[in-house]
Amino acid sequence: MKEITVDVISAAVKELCIDAACNLPEDVEKLLREAVHKEESKFGKYSLEKIVKNVELARAEHAPMCQDTGMVVVFVEVGQEVHITGGTLQDAINEGVRQGYIDGYLRKSVVGDPVLNRKNTGDNTPAVIYTELVPGDELKIQVLPKGAGSENMGSLKMLKPAEGLEGVKKFIIQAVTEAGGNPCPPVIVGVGVGGTMDKSTLLAKKALSREAGAPHPDPAYRALEEELLEEINKLGIGPQGFGGKVTALAVHIETYPTHIATMPVAVCLNCHAARHKEVIL
Amino acid sequence: MTDIKKVSTPLTDEVVKGLKAGDQVSITGVIYTARDAAHKLLTEAIASGEELPVDFTNQVIYYAGPTPAKPGKVIGSCGPTTSGRMDAYSPTMMEQGLKGMIGKGPRSKEVIDSMIKNNVVYFAAIGGAAALIADSVKSAEVVAFDDLGPEAIRRLEVVDYPCIVAIDSEGNNLYELGVHQYRVTE
Repeated sequence: MKEITVDVISAAVKELCIDAACNLPEDVEKLLREAVHKEESKFGKYSLEKIVKNVELARAEHAPMCQDTGMVVVFVEVGQEVHITGGTLQDAINEGVRQGYIDGYLRKSVVGDPVLNRKNTGDNTPAVIYTELVPGDELKIQVLPKGAGSENMGSLKMLKPAEGLEGVKKFIIQAVTEAGGNPCPPVIVGVGVGGTMDKSTLLAKKALSREAGAPHPDPAYRALEEELLEEINKLGIGPQGFGGKVTALAVHIETYPTHIATMPVAVCLNCHAARHKEVIL
Repeated sequence: MTDIKKVSTPLTDEVVKGLKAGDQVSITGVIYTARDAAHKLLTEAIASGEELPVDFTNQVIYYAGPTPAKPGKVIGSCGPTTSGRMDAYSPTMMEQGLKGMIGKGPRSKEVIDSMIKNNVVYFAAIGGAAALIADSVKSAEVVAFDDLGPEAIRRLEVVDYPCIVAIDSEGNNLYELGVHQYRVTE
């Protein structure tokens, strides 16, 4: 049994939150720099140049690249040989978020009640936490601070199996088309297909935790990701919706077995500030 | 890039009329931040005939909620939020004399109709370029709804705030013109 104290977990989450806000991962930055060269539209190119300059400035000044420092989505993989001591995993993660958002001068963007009393909780808690039990003696924590501008443009449809692959493609293209300039394109398109209603949306979110632009291991899905990226970039939406050739930087598809009578498809969009950071304890 | 048009606030009808979709501009003067929660309170106050905490006649509203300022800084990162969420409130604000809006993303037909009727311009800033944009903010002061935290109304003094005329007062719309130009149809 390997013991990990809650203090260690909180400290790690705090650092991940601050680092995610100020320091765009290299995989996303690489795609943005390539996009500057691909883009032909005047305002599209202008936007991408500013976005890349902003990434550099945020890193140099240790300032958040976007004022929407997000609601924190946390994926935790807990090894079965790990024993967490001193408190609960959930409290430890929320304490890390609290410290990160207060000490890191990040924006507190969470309201405690979604409908009746939308009062800001003041410390950006609670996080949205997904915990998975895995073999081994490691604790892997991945944070995805998610801005609402792009999150609001997500969608789900319970397709009939008869709608087939064409139905899946059509729904994904439609979701990106309807999102237009709202989710701060160029976006990363997370797609979840299969499982149940809830499982497909979780897969779509999880797809965004993949290294940006890294292809699906299955060649057939890899080809589908490439085809969809090409189709999306023909839509003309372009950076910031000003028109252009780069609407998406990557399409990531995740799948799960499903029921004989259904084919759920979920689309979760990430803005160009596709923040994801992880640590293994 | 083409020439950058210098714009000062408060806006005049002449200045608004002279701005065309696709113009690159830099704004200097006072602008006010307000987003979802502040707009809800403002339009509720208008509906019940109360006096507003700020006179928005000829002013510009910036859809933004900044991160907290670090010690020694006037403001944190301060980019635009999605304007579409304010569509339900914007016509009411334009009837109050609002002359300009800064945000990101497309607007509804109702908003554009009201812009044409009231001679109002909509500027787009680069969403997510928030650290860069903060450099043009020279002072920031909460002037209403302090308890809303990041959603409070702030009076910002900006110098050369960079943006683009996305929709002009005649309804010309960069989001439609630009996308139409680059859409590939087979």
